[in-house]
Amino acid sequence: MATYQLQVNGKSYSADVESDTPLLWVLRDTFGLVGTKYGCGIGQCGACTVHLNGVAVRSCSLPVSAIGTKKVTTIEGLSEKGDHPVQQAWHEVDVAQCGYCQAGQIMTAAALLAKTPKPTTEQIDNAMNGNLCRCGTYHRIREAVALASIKTIK
Amino acid sequence: MKTILKTNRRDFLKLAVTSSGGLMLGFSWSNALAMEVIDEAAFAADINFNSYLSISPEDVITIFSPNPELGQNIKTSFPMIVAEELDADWTKVKVVQAALDTKKYERQLTGGSGAIPHSWERLRKAGATARQMLIEAAAKRWNISAATLSAENGKVIDKSANRSLTYGELANEAALIPVPTEVKLKDKKDFKIIGKPIKNVENDGLFIGKPLFGLDFYREGMLHAMIQRPVSFGTKIKSVDSTAAKAMPGIVDVVQFKNNVAVVGKSTWQIMKARKVLKIEYEADATIESTPDHDKLFKDLLDSKEATVRRKDGDVDAAFKNAAKTIVREYQCPFLPHNPMEPMNFFADVKSDGVELVGPSQTPDMARNEVAKLLGIAPEKITLELTRLGGGFGRRLKADYVLEAAELSSIIKAPVKVTWSREDDMGGGSYRPAVRYRFEAALDSGGNLVGYKLRGVGINAGNPTREDNFPSGAVDNLLIDSVEHKSAITTGPWRAPITNFLAYAEQSFIDEVAAEVKQDPIQFRLNLLDKAKKTPVGAVKYDIDRMKTVIQLAVEKSNWGKNKNAIQGFSVYFSHRSYVAQVAEIEMKGGKPVLQKIYAAADCGIVVNITGALHQVRGGITDGLGHAFYGNLTFKNGEAEQKNFNSYRLIRMKEIPEIEIHFVNNGIDPTGLGEPALPPTGGAVANALFRATGKRIYSQPFIKQDGLEGVNLGTKM
Repeated sequence: MATYQLQVNGKSYSADVESDTPLLWVLRDTFGLVGTKYGCGIGQCGACTVHLNGVAVRSCSLPVSAIGTKKVTTIEGLSEKGDHPVQQAWHEVDVAQCGYCQAGQIMTAAALLAKTPKPTTEQIDNAMNGNLCRCGTYHRIREAVALASIKTIK
Repeated sequence: MKTILKTNRRDFLKLAVTSSGGLMLGFSWSNALAMEVIDEAAFAADINFNSYLSISPEDVITIFSPNPELGQNIKTSFPMIVAEELDADWTKVKVVQAALDTKKYERQLTGGSGAIPHSWERLRKAGATARQMLIEAAAKRWNISAATLSAENGKVIDKSANRSLTYGELANEAALIPVPTEVKLKDKKDFKIIGKPIKNVENDGLFIGKPLFGLDFYREGMLHAMIQRPVSFGTKIKSVDSTAAKAMPGIVDVVQFKNNVAVVGKSTWQIMKARKVLKIEYEADATIESTPDHDKLFKDLLDSKEATVRRKDGDVDAAFKNAAKTIVREYQCPFLPHNPMEPMNFFADVKSDGVELVGPSQTPDMARNEVAKLLGIAPEKITLELTRLGGGFGRRLKADYVLEAAELSSIIKAPVKVTWSREDDMGGGSYRPAVRYRFEAALDSGGNLVGYKLRGVGINAGNPTREDNFPSGAVDNLLIDSVEHKSAITTGPWRAPITNFLAYAEQSFIDEVAAEVKQDPIQFRLNLLDKAKKTPVGAVKYDIDRMKTVIQLAVEKSNWGKNKNAIQGFSVYFSHRSYVAQVAEIEMKGGKPVLQKIYAAADCGIVVNITGALHQVRGGITDGLGHAFYGNLTFKNGEAEQKNFNSYRLIRMKEIPEIEIHFVNNGIDPTGLGEPALPPTGGAVANALFRATGKRIYSQPFIKQDGLEGVNLGTKM
């Protein structure tokens, strides 16, 4: 066990955990930030996607000891009022069915738009292909990313 | 660690019955109990109602929705139906998820595409009753006849005097009006909310990471557990050495019950790690099976003399003996795991005076009753708080994961959340059963289908046929039977049970027979439907006209047979009371078939929420397509060979074709839509692939067929 100081959503958190504990479980079990989901544990489904210094990463496969001073952003901290352009677009397009994967989808989309504000459909598909949705909401995810892009540029 | 409280009856009471009163109407959406105005005392006394509608003096309308929400959007569409007849202002409607009541929930489950068809009329009546009481209250206050008043957008309106009162302003007086026994429902053409795109009422919480799901439930002092179950079906524990696991950090206990070894600890990662060092030896206690055994077994079962006859019309033997031509084809489908994105989990706190259960379940009442039986506790002493479900697809109709949590909590005498890993989930059963079908057609010299045989054989599949579905009723001589093999591999309902593979096989076979007699595959089906209409053979348990209508709509919208650039395949299926026809379109690119588009024509009766309905159809097609193409769970020595998404392939964004959806607007009461769009997809795509490649596909997954390896699904790869 060791103590790790993490910067999550602009706040300081302290975790007393083993060094190999994935960030996912530190967020969920230790910090109570349960918006980040467990889906597969091996980085294949994207439900656990968070931002590390603005880049989308799979928190299930990222040990807490590898984070250091990098800034972590989770779905809870993507925007103060839940009004990030991607969140707005997700609502307008009514993307969710069961909704379980959507936090991960939103985080992946937000990271894409931060780097590529005007993605082509191909770029959207490439970025989002790593996130599984078992309900099959892919069409609306694609549509919502495009809508969020328009909102971002405005 | 934070405690997350879900809304329960007490919270609802606070929300619904404010100190300043209001109207609270109790009704049952599952049976014909009379509605009643209820007060706090009656509510607390746990009366017979399982749904409530309240209107506060502050104009807030609250509707208590008892069904599990797993993505079928019931939590939005149920209240829409009530609000429609109430003429409520939708922006002022609040929806509250009910905990499992301790009495009288007759159908608090989600499955079989049945929630809306089951509750449609009761929900409408509830809204209409409250509306009428509010109108009568206004009439009383203004001292005029109720007949001169109307209601709109949360207000009672007196047009003659150009005045109005909000429902909130009338709520207290309406509560004193006797509940009418007869109410007039709206003419369907006057619907203002039903049929509109109303966004998911939980969007806000979902998109900011609110703790809505079972796995998100945490409570101070709660322990975490993971359970090692036998990795191979057909084995039991011989010995357990948990010394090393117990010595791992954060581990509180390792306990064995039945064939389970539970690792109990303080955090999820710690129990995941400790579990890996468990030393468990297993021994056989049933036949241990592998996929090649099943392949051989299917051949034996198809030739078995001991089949259960499901339907018999005419004289099949004579028809086949006298036939000008016979066609025999076999189709096979593998086991499939459900793979909801949220793995199985449940929280349980078993105490001497009662049991608290929290989590995601499609059948909370059954889960509670089974826990009561297991622990020898009266069901009334068990509360079950329903969370949102991160998908179900039938997996959460079973209560195995609830029972485990309850049993473990009773042993360790502590509150505990049992979490399944993805590997547990995929390796842990309740699969769609593996099946094989043999179809036989007898044709006369004119190319007419005069005899039809179907034998379905399956592993723990029960009856893998739907003996009364098309083409039964349209063929003079018909025999449908089945043989079941009992196995240690556990199976269960999987979205559109049975029809999720039967439809593919049947619609492929019909297509092949039509091709054999050189008829257009759609015209061939229409001819059979005409025959079933004019001279039905035995009982016809599907609606011929509804089926013909979706076929014609699909023909029209897909420009069937007229699009020179696209190669089309057709399929139509009736399941769960609804009808869906689909046309799949393929283009050849670089010598390879590429699936471009799927057209769907659906008849589910009245569409309650168009945004939700489009979701169900698009999702059903995507689900059907992905699993037909890729889904494949195989066994080696009783153990699943695919346990996570690195070896088990699910459809992803790059692989989705365009999907164009049309609904039949026939005004009939809703007939359900959670499943019916899935069954036709595999057949439509297989039939299009045949036209594109000349090859019939006789088994799933399609990707394993010769010539189809590396075929692109969708255009974006």
